[in-house]
Amino acid sequence: MYGAIISFKDYNIIKGVWDSPWAGLKHFDRFINSYDFWRIMGNTLTLSLYHLVASFPFPIMLALGLNYIRHARFKKTIQMVTYAPHFISIVVMVGIVLQFLSPRTGPLAAIASWFGWELPNMMGDPEMFKSVYVWSGIWQHTGFACIIYLAALAGVDPALHEAAIMDGASKVRRIWHIDIPSILPIIVILLILDMGRIFDLGFEKVLLLQNPLNARTSEIIDTYVYNVGLQSMMPNFSYASAIGLFKNVLAFILVLTVNQISKRVGQSSLW
Amino acid sequence: METNRLWDSKGDRVFNVINYVVMSCALIIVLYPLLFVISSSLSSKEAVNAGRVLLWPVEFGLDGYRAVFREPTFLQAFARSVGYTAAGTIINVVITILAAYPLSRKDLAGRNRIMLLFGFTMFFAGGLIPNYILVKDLGMLDTPWALWLPGALSIWNMIIARTYFQTTIPTELLEAAQMDGCNDYKFLWHVALRLSGPIVAVITLFYAVEHWNQYFNALLYLKSPDLYPLQLVLRQILIRSQVDIEIAGNAAQVAEMVGMAELLKYSLIVVATLPMMIVYPFVQRYFVKGVMIGALKG
Repeated sequence: MYGAIISFKDYNIIKGVWDSPWAGLKHFDRFINSYDFWRIMGNTLTLSLYHLVASFPFPIMLALGLNYIRHARFKKTIQMVTYAPHFISIVVMVGIVLQFLSPRTGPLAAIASWFGWELPNMMGDPEMFKSVYVWSGIWQHTGFACIIYLAALAGVDPALHEAAIMDGASKVRRIWHIDIPSILPIIVILLILDMGRIFDLGFEKVLLLQNPLNARTSEIIDTYVYNVGLQSMMPNFSYASAIGLFKNVLAFILVLTVNQISKRVGQSSLW
Repeated sequence: METNRLWDSKGDRVFNVINYVVMSCALIIVLYPLLFVISSSLSSKEAVNAGRVLLWPVEFGLDGYRAVFREPTFLQAFARSVGYTAAGTIINVVITILAAYPLSRKDLAGRNRIMLLFGFTMFFAGGLIPNYILVKDLGMLDTPWALWLPGALSIWNMIIARTYFQTTIPTELLEAAQMDGCNDYKFLWHVALRLSGPIVAVITLFYAVEHWNQYFNALLYLKSPDLYPLQLVLRQILIRSQVDIEIAGNAAQVAEMVGMAELLKYSLIVVATLPMMIVYPFVQRYFVKGVMIGALKG
């Protein structure tokens, strides 16, 4: 964290962190006023919000559905299969995505051709990038994310259900009036936590999915830092570091704010 | 939630049918891509290149796997990754326990302040570039240490372990042991750890998965290809489509390799993921347990 002070300096490899000359807020200023600023902030926030909104409901639905599956073996199978993709590495995951969406040899292209459609090259289309990122994430992590809701549902007092059955409540009504209210506190906490993490995208995955064709929408703050600071021909450590620090400060403020809100709402807080 | 079938009203039966259908769809959606990758890896290269594989292997063959196991780069990277994962995980687990146990003890002076410092790093970090400069200045660039030390302690896992120590090891046990002249190190080794098998298993697994799947640190810190872990080699082949044709030697082999690229990718995906998928069913319950303990705290 000490190295973060180079954000306020003109870092020079030979002089080192301490002896490089001070530059004040120059780098922050340059970033905020730069041509790329709004595009990158916009990409980061839209990708994050899209991810949050689209992926949040699925684990809850899966858990509610599983909870009413009577055959233990069927339930176990679903759990086993849906948890598994969580353990696939990011590199392999992106590899699978690329193979799957390939307009030439992928299965989606073949299925589309039955209907006489032609599959667009999704990896080359900047408009499709966000959907590819978000939905492949949903495919991979929904199963594992539902564990926590399943645990919460297992903790619901069976007496409530028995009473409801006696009164003739249907399953849909029991879900609506018993299950959902019972797990609502956990839903709220997880939602709040996720909102605090809006700046923390799956940077490593974005970097792998990124290619020159979709860079217009796939460049987020983290990949920008990496590309400016370490990938370019003339790495600018101080500038890249300032951008990173800028993001981290924003993210930290966000976490604090969100935590305050959760305290106010009366749910538990992080600390 | 188990109800007698006889009791189900008409509406409930409709619900059951819909629920089973939806759940089956979810199962198929998750299963299909996995099945497709495995089937493709077992098909012939012509079928893969023409996109004829949809569900089951077409023109069954093991050519892809033969090519994978003939490729020394891949096998070496595989072995290297096993080594990195083993060493890295040992470092992680030792450091995590050495941090978690003292912090679980109420008689540690300044406990809350230390926790606060640890917690702070969870929410605020210097960033990518300062980390890079730090690793560089410590002389760890292009050494395996760059993969092991920067992430040696995951605060999250440390908190999980600490919570476990706090809730399962009674203070009376410590007092009794101290009466008998047992010092802290002995207590940790002979008593506390013996009682904490499940949590050690959980954090070991979490760390091991992380190491095995990690590519970015290697991409960032390692420059020489003979240090590359498996994931980085996979990245070159799967994502950048750089199949090293030179390794194939003579012209006939080159010709054979060219058409193989797609098939090779599928086989690679399967071989690289296999270790995880073989171990996974046996350790699944530990992961679930880990998530639960984490949830208690969070």
